[in-house]
Amino acid sequence: MAEKLTLEVVTPYGSVLSEEVNEVVAPGSEGEFGVLPGHVPFVTTLKIGILTYKQNGSVRYVFVNSGYAEVYEDRVLILADSAERAEDIDVERAKAAMKRAEERLKKQENIDFARAQASLQRALTRLQAAEKIGKR
Amino acid sequence: MATLRDIKRRINSIKSTAKITRAMKMVSAAKLRRAQEKMFALRPYSDKISEVLSALARPSDEETHPLLKVRPRETVEVLILSSDKGLCGAFNSNVIRAGVKLIERLKKEGFQVSVSVIGRKARDYFRRRGIKMRQVWTGLSGKITYSSAQEVAQELMESYINETFDELYLVYNEFKTVVAQRVREVRLLPIGEIEKDESVDMKDFLFEPSEQEVFNRLLPKSIEILVYRAMLESQASEEAARMTAMENATKNAEEMIDRLTLEFNKARQASITKELMDIVGGAEALKE
Repeated sequence: MAEKLTLEVVTPYGSVLSEEVNEVVAPGSEGEFGVLPGHVPFVTTLKIGILTYKQNGSVRYVFVNSGYAEVYEDRVLILADSAERAEDIDVERAKAAMKRAEERLKKQENIDFARAQASLQRALTRLQAAEKIGKR
Repeated sequence: MATLRDIKRRINSIKSTAKITRAMKMVSAAKLRRAQEKMFALRPYSDKISEVLSALARPSDEETHPLLKVRPRETVEVLILSSDKGLCGAFNSNVIRAGVKLIERLKKEGFQVSVSVIGRKARDYFRRRGIKMRQVWTGLSGKITYSSAQEVAQELMESYINETFDELYLVYNEFKTVVAQRVREVRLLPIGEIEKDESVDMKDFLFEPSEQEVFNRLLPKSIEILVYRAMLESQASEEAARMTAMENATKNAEEMIDRLTLEFNKARQASITKELMDIVGGAEALKE
């Protein structure tokens, strides 16, 4: 059995991550799921959330914006609309996006409710991910 | 004949024009590179999505995704990708001409045609001619992101599913090389048959929620990718066209400067000769 997993995160802007890890927890659309080396082949879609992985004892966080995950025995492939490591998240931008989305939701008129809500959730999740590594 | 000062002034004005066109060329070169990098970065993602889509089992007939369903054609939508800014040679007129030709052909075949545009140039063209547009997106060029393409794609898919139109064509400039761009028309919707790739076996996989559901959720991504790529191609073509146009402008300006410099020198010599003749004539007159 493989001892490590190769975690790959690919977005339309290029590859965000390609690393050897020990464990992955990802936000599946039907619920979070954890992957250890030797997992059965598994495919699911993802929702907006935080992907967590353990690497040599340290825990790292990646923001993922919906997408698709493919799990093999020794490999996890994530395709996301966008993804950022917690270290790379622009907190100011996320805050601004949150404000914009909230204002749009407050006005309640002439807006695409689902879209505003999704962008609010993206901003909130980004902030959560940033918070996890103590960045505010 | 123009005086020395007039010529000097013209030379200076053309020199500053050449400076501007040269700078614009450099800017376009940088922007072109950025657009190409984005196209390159998209590759792994889009390849993987199409690989997965072709490997997954299709939903059964009654659950077929609405984007795959072919309806009788009544209204056909034509989406034209132009730029927001000018000074890029024949870039916009080429794509608009091709779009108008397609619209006329479809009308002749008896379809209702609705027009949507991206970019100010195409918008202004149709507005001047009083042709109504269904959707207009502007302010995108230069800052194309996947999410802006997603918004466009989602609006198009929603309208298709609402039966606002039954077929969608995209007209845009394809980036071949820096010196060659070609206008392309592609049918975006309905998606039509996606070939099933039997070589990739996904039987051993567990699916959540189900194989068909995963397929249906990924399908819109392929449209998003196509729109995003077309927008990037168009962007790269625009910058390449501008580069060529600006290079030509710079060259023309330099030629003109050469010509005017020659004229300037001639005029200067003529005036010196004239002055000399005056002096010599005066001296001769004094002698006598």
